[in-house]
Amino acid sequence: MAVEAGRTRSGPDVWKRNSRTREARERVIKFLLTACAYLSIFTTVGIVVVLFEETVRFFLDVSIVEFLTSTRWAPQQGSFGVLPLVYGTLMATLIAINVALPVGLLTAIYLSEYAPRSLRRWLKPALEILAGVPTVVYGYFALTFITPFFRDSLLPGIGSFNALAAGLIMGVMIIPTVASVSEDAIYAVPLSLREGAYALGATKRETATKIVIPAALSGIVAAVILGVSRAIGETMIVTIAMGSQPNFGGTPLESMQAMTAYIVQVVGGETPRGSITFESIFAVGSALFIMTLILNLASYWFVRRFREIY
Amino acid sequence: MAQSGTQVKQPEGGAERPEFKASMSTRYGLDRAFTVLVTVAALVGIVVLVVLVVDVIRDGSTMLSPKFLTSFPSQIFPENGGVYPALIGSVWLLGLTALISVPLGLGAAVYLEEYATDTRINRMIEINISNLAGVPSVIYGLLGLGIFVQLLAPVTGGTSVLAGALTLSLLILPVIIVATREALRAIPGSIREGGFALGATRWEVIRSHLLPMALPGALTGIILALSRAIGEAAPLLVVGVSLYQTYATTGPFDGYMALPTQIYDWISRPQQVFQDSAAAGIVVIMAVLLLANSVAIVLRNRFEKRA
Repeated sequence: MAVEAGRTRSGPDVWKRNSRTREARERVIKFLLTACAYLSIFTTVGIVVVLFEETVRFFLDVSIVEFLTSTRWAPQQGSFGVLPLVYGTLMATLIAINVALPVGLLTAIYLSEYAPRSLRRWLKPALEILAGVPTVVYGYFALTFITPFFRDSLLPGIGSFNALAAGLIMGVMIIPTVASVSEDAIYAVPLSLREGAYALGATKRETATKIVIPAALSGIVAAVILGVSRAIGETMIVTIAMGSQPNFGGTPLESMQAMTAYIVQVVGGETPRGSITFESIFAVGSALFIMTLILNLASYWFVRRFREIY
Repeated sequence: MAQSGTQVKQPEGGAERPEFKASMSTRYGLDRAFTVLVTVAALVGIVVLVVLVVDVIRDGSTMLSPKFLTSFPSQIFPENGGVYPALIGSVWLLGLTALISVPLGLGAAVYLEEYATDTRINRMIEINISNLAGVPSVIYGLLGLGIFVQLLAPVTGGTSVLAGALTLSLLILPVIIVATREALRAIPGSIREGGFALGATRWEVIRSHLLPMALPGALTGIILALSRAIGEAAPLLVVGVSLYQTYATTGPFDGYMALPTQIYDWISRPQQVFQDSAAAGIVVIMAVLLLANSVAIVLRNRFEKRA
């Protein structure tokens, strides 16, 4: 009996001491987890500091007005007008989005409105595999399959490096992005809207194109913006298949250089660090970062909008 | 805007109503055509994938052999070359990236789902993470070049495999965080409350219940993120991956080659034998990725069935 009483008396003491270590452990763990989350802020700060530090150094030598308005990019001769690179990037992006928007959107409609459940469970992972194909592989495919295919069939005058093949394959690359984000938006449209349309005598296609798509529009816009942002930032396809000739005003059948491809070209060459040409990749990188940042924030805003409605 | 757009259209539809009955066959015809259209669209990606795979297997078949996996690339006898150092380099990158990114990603996700309150800084972190997911990979390369290769050179040894892995880790962190958060969010609150009611602390609930339950979902995201890391070439080119070296990586501070950059190097050489080597290298990397993706899909399907 006495022993038992002693045990109950010592119980709270043990518990208290234990609780103190537990509380300390909780605090340490919470601190560590918080640090993990804050790492993302440091990453962004790191990107901004690294990019802008070198960019400022670059703009001490090259006027910012020339950089933004000149249409000649020839680093060896000291001409730093970024527009030809932007032109290359936008040309490939434009072609890509013309593939990815219709195909991605129709795929999303098929997945959410038409596909049988069993097929859907296989199609979505297949799309993910498509998204997971390394971009060097797409680049190889564009260079050694798509371009020769065009040369032998429809477009004999196409260059070995051209914006058309690179853009088309880039479009295939971003189909999964467009499809999966739009599908989320289409999926979020309440069933009652579809039932209302059917009750009024609309067919399945009419319901999909005239009710569901307008209702999911902000999510679809977000998907397209995200796809454009992916295309602008994509590097290896344009490096491999579009070439390394800055070309302002060229046609899609010609070789041109994208912003990302220029960065890869310089880091892969013999350019000494600290030279103005080397600093120029950070200026191009900054321009790229700002373009994608604006697009990503716009996309985020649109996604939140459609989430708030329903 | 979208809402008002549909409202403007509705009266137009009403005005056409006299034709409503007469056009039934047209409407059904259009419906059938549309069904075909969406089905074809859904297959476009798959068809391209199949053509691509067949094409690289055909191109790469002359080079593909067990020896291709165990040989060093060769400038003098390119037909005897292989991907050995690139393969070893990619394995090192994969291992180090997983070691760095998985704990950090899980930690950040647990904080955001289980600890964070709706304050301004936490909302900022959220927007920031979704934004980081969209930053081009080549920009991460520039970040890695500035921080890990130049600023932290005494720690990372400059252009080492560690610097490459750190860069890839930052690149895939957002993907891991998003996937883990979704998995955590799917766990009902009653599990947490049950744990608290039994006197468990927050961390005890997380460690004993939430993490094990979230693992299958999180694992899917982690595998997809890591397979993205294996396929990335652009950031590695920027942080100084070797395009040719005569030794295989043996430690975190060694120089390194990687599969995607080796493939890129071969593609950029004009001779046919290098093009074939590139195709064979692609077959190797695609095989690795297909395997990883299949594991992820099986895991998720099992997880979804249970949920």
